[in-house]
Amino acid sequence: MKFDTIIIGGGLAGLTCGIALQRQGVKCAIVSAGHSALHFSSGSFDLLNTLPDGTPVESPLKAMESLHATHPYAKIGSGRIKALADEAKSLLCSCGVAVKGDAETPHLRFTPMGTTKPTWLSFEEIATLDKPGVSLGEKLLIVNFAGFLDFNTAFIAKELEAAGSKCSVTSVSIPEINRLRINPTEMRATNIAKTLDNPQVLTSLITILNSRAAGHDAIVLPHVFGFASDAALHRLRSEVKATIHLIPTMPPSVPGIRAQRTLRHAFEQLGGVYMLGDTVVRAEIENHSVKRIFTENHSDIALTASHYVLASGHFFSKGLVATPQGVYEPVFGCDVIFDKDRNNWYNESMLNCQEYISFGVETNSALLTLEGGTPITNLYAIGSVLGGCNAVSEGCGAGVALLTALAVAHTIKG
Amino acid sequence: MKLNRKENEFDVIIVGGGATGAGTARDCALRGLKVLLIERHDFAAGATGRNHGLLHSGARYAVTDGESATECIKENMILRRIASHCVEENDGLFISLPEDDINYQATFVEACRKAGINAEIIDPAEARIMEPSVNPSIIGAVKVPDGSVDPFRLTIANIVDAKQHGATVLTYHELVEFIKEGNKVVGVKAINHRDKSVVSFYAPLTINAGGIWGHLIAEKVGVKVNMFPAKGSLLIFGHRVNNVVLNRCRKPANADILVPGDTICLIGTTSSRVGFDEIDDIKVTADEVDLLLREGEKLAPALAYTRILRAYAGVRPLVAADNDASGRSISRGIVLLDHATRDGVEGFATITGGKLMTYRLMAEWATDLACRKLGVNACCVTAEQPLPGSRPAEPESNTKSKTFDLQLDKNRSSVHRHGDMASKISSANEMDNSLVCECEDVTVGEVDFALKELDVNNLVDLRRRTRVGMGTCQGELCACRAAGLLAEAHKCTAKAKNDLAKFLNERWKGAYPVAWGEALREAEYTQWVYGAICGMENNKE
Repeated sequence: MKFDTIIIGGGLAGLTCGIALQRQGVKCAIVSAGHSALHFSSGSFDLLNTLPDGTPVESPLKAMESLHATHPYAKIGSGRIKALADEAKSLLCSCGVAVKGDAETPHLRFTPMGTTKPTWLSFEEIATLDKPGVSLGEKLLIVNFAGFLDFNTAFIAKELEAAGSKCSVTSVSIPEINRLRINPTEMRATNIAKTLDNPQVLTSLITILNSRAAGHDAIVLPHVFGFASDAALHRLRSEVKATIHLIPTMPPSVPGIRAQRTLRHAFEQLGGVYMLGDTVVRAEIENHSVKRIFTENHSDIALTASHYVLASGHFFSKGLVATPQGVYEPVFGCDVIFDKDRNNWYNESMLNCQEYISFGVETNSALLTLEGGTPITNLYAIGSVLGGCNAVSEGCGAGVALLTALAVAHTIKG
Repeated sequence: MKLNRKENEFDVIIVGGGATGAGTARDCALRGLKVLLIERHDFAAGATGRNHGLLHSGARYAVTDGESATECIKENMILRRIASHCVEENDGLFISLPEDDINYQATFVEACRKAGINAEIIDPAEARIMEPSVNPSIIGAVKVPDGSVDPFRLTIANIVDAKQHGATVLTYHELVEFIKEGNKVVGVKAINHRDKSVVSFYAPLTINAGGIWGHLIAEKVGVKVNMFPAKGSLLIFGHRVNNVVLNRCRKPANADILVPGDTICLIGTTSSRVGFDEIDDIKVTADEVDLLLREGEKLAPALAYTRILRAYAGVRPLVAADNDASGRSISRGIVLLDHATRDGVEGFATITGGKLMTYRLMAEWATDLACRKLGVNACCVTAEQPLPGSRPAEPESNTKSKTFDLQLDKNRSSVHRHGDMASKISSANEMDNSLVCECEDVTVGEVDFALKELDVNNLVDLRRRTRVGMGTCQGELCACRAAGLLAEAHKCTAKAKNDLAKFLNERWKGAYPVAWGEALREAEYTQWVYGAICGMENNKE
């Protein structure tokens, strides 16, 4: 099977790259093993919150200039960031993933703990704040579903009250949602959202919300709306007689999964081939050039392309594999940046910066991967498989995914 | 806490809430003594909760320490009766590998017989059928009555019974100093770590059951016990690879016991001397991990490709008797010291040495001494009376028939964990049945039960009572869920958040020494959830 470009990995980076290329008439295939990190989305895309030395970032675009040359942003070039960031936002919106925010002035997102964090883009429907020190409203009604533990009303109420709101907490009990509890592992955000996609169930909820809304400026709810489509979101906004603020839950993420599905749909609409549930098992490289790859489902039928893009994710997504002896990239065996001494991989305190998160594939300044220090001339790396940045401590995971995807798409198109 | 003189006067004060302290509190209470137990952290937080969880048959000590072996097999049989909800009757094998001396087998079996341990030589082929995970190249096998015991459950059951018989039990209370009248200990001052208040308690006898920390406790009253801190490291695997305890049939050495327990199995241990300055923060080194894996694979080759959940270490409270550098040839025997006769300090005794297996006997000895000193004539009944959780179920016609589902479902993990005490777990409404920990099947009802009845102050305590966060995911989502329940129970979100960070760090401490492969994937996900999505940061404490 022959394509112009084959992308290994169908998460945020892979899909963004694929969509950008398809729009330029480049025929792409995406080989995706399954769940992407979008399933565990925070509800927002961070660009850069903290410098590697721990300094908080107020203006991401300015801060980019100080990053070390090995950082993916530095490889893209700080001068190109603003344009690529704008392009990423308009790509998402044009595919049907409505997002708000801009790269110059971060806004604040809510965490499932009720605290706020600066971010770049947020899903349109979730509650955000323009700046610190403002509240969601004077009198808030926090509503949860009885027995749903991934939305922590005690923590959220505490934080919202600290920000100046008066909060009351209430729980709703809806028979169709209670039925999920017959198998208690089903009581998750996604399953509640699927149940609420049923218009009758949603009507029951809206009736309850309207009966309790009196005396409150706004209702705060866990984001469990709109699994298959955004129909539930629209009805919630139009039929509840109070402002609705949606706060992200603990994973899985309802808006993240919807975004994943929407982007995949957009890619396929453009003519892209999305091979879901397939894994690249082997690649043939000759003279520093990838000749063909083989996947689990296609066994001995080779997939070939002029360009290959590695967007396979970090350890969690199996884009990188760690053994007691070291870290390797399992598909192409390309060069990986990691510390040879395992004792340096970890910090004893979990919430401190963990060095292993900055391990990843090494590239040249064009994001071409390397083989023994020499570039593989048609294999690019994008997204979290890249080394040189710490997605958690720097708060740059989604930004690196989106911007490196677009940068490589431009390079491939030429 | 405000206590008047009467309320803070006891017959016996026990310092230390491990198995020995808990067992002694129970024995004292059953014999009618007014007893107080203080523990500076939580129950089973020291060596009690940091070992194999092996229900020793005693066979391991048969050749080198006949006395310990005899104690072990007696206590083994007693625990099967009185603590059935804490025990898995798995049996054990002592295997000989081609590199081992097969002649040792005869010596071993003979020593077992002398100690009263039923040791039966079986054909290696039969051993392979009995335990399919065993190294197929074994050249010899001996079957012994080993088993597994859950030390957390065991300790809590003792505490629950002690309290039911009138004992006062205070966790997070640390001994600051002894109250003395001349050469006589008449009580202790303890700091309550929760509110930082210092409280005085009085009793004619204080029993030091502090495990390795007993050395430091005794020093406070000027007595030298001369303990020998011997660190032992272990690895927990994410699957129950074996159903039968696997031992090497040779002189006790490193990493030669693989014990199944609940859904996991454990390989251990190493043995190395550590300083007293290290015992509060014991770490497992990369070298120890490598050694445990190397040796463990010889017992069960499947360990080579089984996911490791975590690494941990405990400190054996051995009483130093000679200059043995490894600490292995020291007797594991029980040491009861009456400091009145030994050191001229009245009102103070130390119970130490021994093993988890012999905690009940240690408690019996200590309580015998207490009764003698206090002039109380009461017999020990702890070898006969089952612990709470291991008693026959109450008749069905009970008034509590409004709570259902959970109790009827004998397969439910909570029944496995709490035995007959599980009938106190509410499943009355939809909230109670909501699942907190999916790996370990812990419900909101069980968490509430633990909060109300089992002295839970924080998330780490909760883990020891319910197994929250002990499964394959090591607390990915359940930690946050449980923190929310704690916040509501204690009406304090700040403390619950602080607890959550501590809990995550405690899980990470055991995870990072083995964080590669699947374990690193899981760790990265947890890091993402709490660091990135939840935006948690370390408390600058």
